[in-house]
Amino acid sequence: MPLSERNRPRAQVRERPGDRIFSGLSTGAGVLILVVLASVASFLLIEAWPAFMAPPEDIPGGEGLVVYIWPLLFGTLLSAVLALLVAAPLAVAIALFITHYAPRRTAQGLGYVIDLLAAVPSIIYGLWGIAVLAPATVSSTEWLSKYLGFIPLFAGPPSSTGRTMLLAIIVLAVMVLPIITAVVREAFLQTPRLHEEASLALGATRWEMVKMTVFPFGRSAIVGASMLGLGRALGETMAVAIVLSVSGGVTFNLISSGNPSTIAANIALDFPESSGLAVNALIASGLVLFAVTLVVNMIARAVINRRREFSGAN
Amino acid sequence: MAKRIEVSDLNIYYDKFLAVQGVSMTIEPRAVTALIGPSGCGKSTFLRSLNRMHELVPKARVEGKIAMDGQDLYGPNVDPVVVRRHIGMVFQRPNPFPTMSIYDNVAAGLRLNATRMKRAELDDLVERALRAANLWQEVSDRLNKPGSGLSGGQQQRLCIARAIAVQPDVLLMDEPCSALDPISTQKIEDLINELKTEYTIVIVTHNMQQAARVSDTTGFFNLKGVGEAGQLVELDETTKIFSTPTNQATEDYISGRFG
Ligand SMILES: Nc1ncnc2c1ncn2[C@@H]1O[C@H](COP(=O)(O)OP(=O)(O)OP(=O)(O)O)[C@@H](O)[C@H]1O
Ligand SMILES: [Mg+2]
Repeated sequence: MPLSERNRPRAQVRERPGDRIFSGLSTGAGVLILVVLASVASFLLIEAWPAFMAPPEDIPGGEGLVVYIWPLLFGTLLSAVLALLVAAPLAVAIALFITHYAPRRTAQGLGYVIDLLAAVPSIIYGLWGIAVLAPATVSSTEWLSKYLGFIPLFAGPPSSTGRTMLLAIIVLAVMVLPIITAVVREAFLQTPRLHEEASLALGATRWEMVKMTVFPFGRSAIVGASMLGLGRALGETMAVAIVLSVSGGVTFNLISSGNPSTIAANIALDFPESSGLAVNALIASGLVLFAVTLVVNMIARAVINRRREFSGAN
Repeated sequence: MAKRIEVSDLNIYYDKFLAVQGVSMTIEPRAVTALIGPSGCGKSTFLRSLNRMHELVPKARVEGKIAMDGQDLYGPNVDPVVVRRHIGMVFQRPNPFPTMSIYDNVAAGLRLNATRMKRAELDDLVERALRAANLWQEVSDRLNKPGSGLSGGQQQRLCIARAIAVQPDVLLMDEPCSALDPISTQKIEDLINELKTEYTIVIVTHNMQQAARVSDTTGFFNLKGVGEAGQLVELDETTKIFSTPTNQATEDYISGRFG
């Protein structure tokens, strides 16, 4: 008896149609995402399988899948990671300026411009990169190789067209800057006034207040936004395909004309003219990209969760 | 350590709105001054002008003079950051830094004064501040846990520890107990009684009994009229204010006839 009594109110809640529809919809959406993810993964696996099984000499390049994919993976990681290293600090600085330093008018205008930048299609960035930025970087790459040539990144010889890895990195950095800035800005704006005042009342300068409250509070947003940016840079196709002059090979040299391509750009450029096993090899490289982005996201989650106890969410 | 504050002819503005008008008063050292008055009469505004927190509101400003032991707090060469280091503040809602441990919360102000401190020295100052805030016994075994995991009353005492760790001259408290239960309130009131031997304390409160219990001097603020500026109506020894106030409005207010 007591048991059924206890169950009754619960059963009544279940019967509200709004709740049923909503819980059905949200469960359905969750399941759908898993199904899509699984089907993408299995498509990649099935289509890549022949390339894994094929004898090395049949893979484009003739030396096997690993030798084929490694330079592409290297180029992908190099461009994306360096682009992030350029963009993330800049994005944090801009977000901080907008939220805590700029006069209100300036802040609003700047925020608006950043949002607009985020909406520009990547092909436009590619065109701008090759038409404007490439010629403009030639003289600076010459300077870099002359005076900073002892750093492997700037070993040279400098490309005469400017279509270098450095250019791809700059274009990627400009592309991911707005997303990172927008996400970080939102987080910085949410810093509780109460905590900012607490630090100022302790005698913190504005910068100390930022270090004590704004940065710790926005920390997981900075990590999350950076990973978002990294994800976009890893998968960016058109801008890199247009901008980068490719010769294959693995090198940290950012300013020469011989650059590794990236997985996404390579697929876009080669797919139309490929057939047979070459297609399977391209899809295998796509599988690698898929795996890398998954890992990046998992790392991001781990970093965000690590200090949840201190996150200010409680 | 404890210092006297002298306020003369202070007008406090939010942009064009005159919120508080013509306040002149002396705040004695090693004593508790309570500020009471109806909501919106400018108690918080006045309190925040004492440590120059008021000017953080865009376009907010003050006219008149506030001097601490003779030194003008609004003088042309005075850095508001330095003023705030000497005049600590405790807020209405407990606000420990959620991203910091209990230890780091107390050490936060100490670390600001840029000079590198030895760990042992810092440990010592943190312990002393927590003991002074009557919190040490409750938290000594979990100094590395987040401050936001404490109860409301403990959090407020943590905030007091954070404020006194830097050894200010003056401690401002804006309704420090209004978010707390009676037991926690009692503990804070006891704490205020202990702290007044070392600090100048100004406390804003809506609780008349509290003002009567903890303060030596009480100031009554009131609005001049609807939509007009707040002003200091009467300032006197607490016992006098609560037994034989001179002003009719004060008497009405403390006897609960309005406000
Ligand atoms: N940031 C602000 N901008 C503009 N006006 C403000 C601001 N803060 C307070 N005021 C105004 O200043 C006046 C005094 O407010 P204040 O908060 O000092 O009152 P209070 O006595 O502390 O009230 P309470 O007892 O409710 O805390 C009010 O009219 C209020 O509307
Ligand atoms: Mg108030």
